[in-house]
Amino acid sequence: MPGNVWVMAEQWRGELSEITYELLALGRELADGLGVQLEAVLLGHDARGLAATLGAADGILYADDPAFTEPTAAARSQTLASLAEERRPHCLLLGLTNLTADLAGILPAQLGAPFVNYCRDVRVADGKLEARCILYGGKMDAAVEAAAEPVLLGVLPGVRPADQGLKSGAPQVEDVTASVPDAPRVRFTKYLEPEAGDVDITQQEVLVAVGRGIANEDNVELAEEIATALGGAVCGSRPVIDQGWLPLSRQVGKSGATVKPKFYLAAGISGAPEHTEGMKGSDVIIAINTDPDAPIFGVAHYGMVADCLEILPALVETVAAKKG
Amino acid sequence: MNILAVLKMVPDVVEELEVGDDGKSLDLDFLRLIVNERDEHALEQALLLKDKHGGSVTAVAIDAPEIDDVLFTALAKGADRAVKITDVEEGLSTRAAASLLAQVLPKVPNLLPADLVLAGCQATDDLDGQTAAVLAHGLELPYLGIVSQVDADGSTACVLSEFPGGVRGEFEVDMPAVLGIQASEKPPRYVPVAKVRAAMKSQTIEEVSAGTEPEASLAAVTGMTKPEAGGKAEMLDGSPEELAAKVGEILSERGLL
Repeated sequence: MPGNVWVMAEQWRGELSEITYELLALGRELADGLGVQLEAVLLGHDARGLAATLGAADGILYADDPAFTEPTAAARSQTLASLAEERRPHCLLLGLTNLTADLAGILPAQLGAPFVNYCRDVRVADGKLEARCILYGGKMDAAVEAAAEPVLLGVLPGVRPADQGLKSGAPQVEDVTASVPDAPRVRFTKYLEPEAGDVDITQQEVLVAVGRGIANEDNVELAEEIATALGGAVCGSRPVIDQGWLPLSRQVGKSGATVKPKFYLAAGISGAPEHTEGMKGSDVIIAINTDPDAPIFGVAHYGMVADCLEILPALVETVAAKKG
Repeated sequence: MNILAVLKMVPDVVEELEVGDDGKSLDLDFLRLIVNERDEHALEQALLLKDKHGGSVTAVAIDAPEIDDVLFTALAKGADRAVKITDVEEGLSTRAAASLLAQVLPKVPNLLPADLVLAGCQATDDLDGQTAAVLAHGLELPYLGIVSQVDADGSTACVLSEFPGGVRGEFEVDMPAVLGIQASEKPPRYVPVAKVRAAMKSQTIEEVSAGTEPEASLAAVTGMTKPEAGGKAEMLDGSPEELAAKVGEILSERGLL
């Protein structure tokens, strides 16, 4: 009899984050496929009330400690490791977000358990888990099996619709022991909010996004020109932010914003999962990339294999002409 | 302050990637390796800290094709020392490589303890673990990842880590520590080829044999495929002007132009 399926209930500033429900939806399928129970692991402080929307699980394991109010991994990792050693779950689903990334890094090493990263899907086949993973920035898809239990699965955002895993009615909550370091070596001090004053890219109907293919800072102006003419804004993928060509407030994807505009033009963006998680819900996505294998074409509605530095100037003209 | 920057090679995903004959790994004939982009940021952050506070930077890497160029480039950029771990089987998984480094680094003369060990917080081939986090566990050091700013003074580092939505968190981290770098405070510095050549002539890479067997990976790839090109996208053809006109039509259809 395999152990249960566990889902880490991720929290962000006192609320459960959306990926928790996505993981519950996936976890439900896996638990049913394996014929075991689905348990959500909730680590918090005076946070028992959060169990109210975890109804997709059969049970909740709840540990309470003030250390869990800090966004640090050590206390969570130590508690999960000792719980997992004691109860031997079949697997633990962890969301691949900035909130859980450190935990997903430390826990497998601490527990000596296999970790499978970048899962875009997990299924049960012949009584075993098979993960489908996105490797090499989205350029390869790998089927992966783990050699031991428990298996820690790092699951990409969007694995299932969140509403599929959002069920009210708290299942039975079992209190479990928190196991936290006496003297934490990483201590949270404060949050630094994003600088106000810039446009809010989550509120735009039209976004012109630029990536590495924009080649240099001057070319960002081309995108700016188009965005302005369309009443929208410019945003970017990580390499553009790293180069300082756009501020962090314009970043789409992990660490940045999740946007759902009516129109998203992705110019010179390869489409790594860290970017696409933040924009794939857009109404219409048009992607321009010189690489026919670029994973951005997997999420776009329209694609063109072309150099964005040739298309954007032409588009400036087209937009100007249409606007008369 | 003494800092270690850990570098590793990954496939260049801008190039075409093909599946090898075994159906579960990359075809090596097609492969061009580059240094992991996040590791370049880790090296840059180490050099920035050295510029500010003095001390030394050592670049460390497991032997791999092109690694000498990468290590000489690190020296040309301002690293004081370059160490290459040799006699390691090729193609180790991220976790096996990081565990191996955690065993080998303490044996390298005059290397540890360093005040900080910096490595990229992720790589596109991280199938079974994260280098920096596994290294921290193996070295029994504290760990913080997704780091985009570091300052250090005395025995504590002040570190900023990224959360969703542009929010960042400020942390105090006891040193020595391992940090997983997302981005350096400034873009990685450029170094002219002439300076790299000069480093090749005047400096050396220290070679240290691993002298230990890597752990077996606990996660096995059973099959690898290229995702269907294009996926659901309708592909458009034409001259730049024609393509721009098509984008214009799509905008007009939706009342956006």
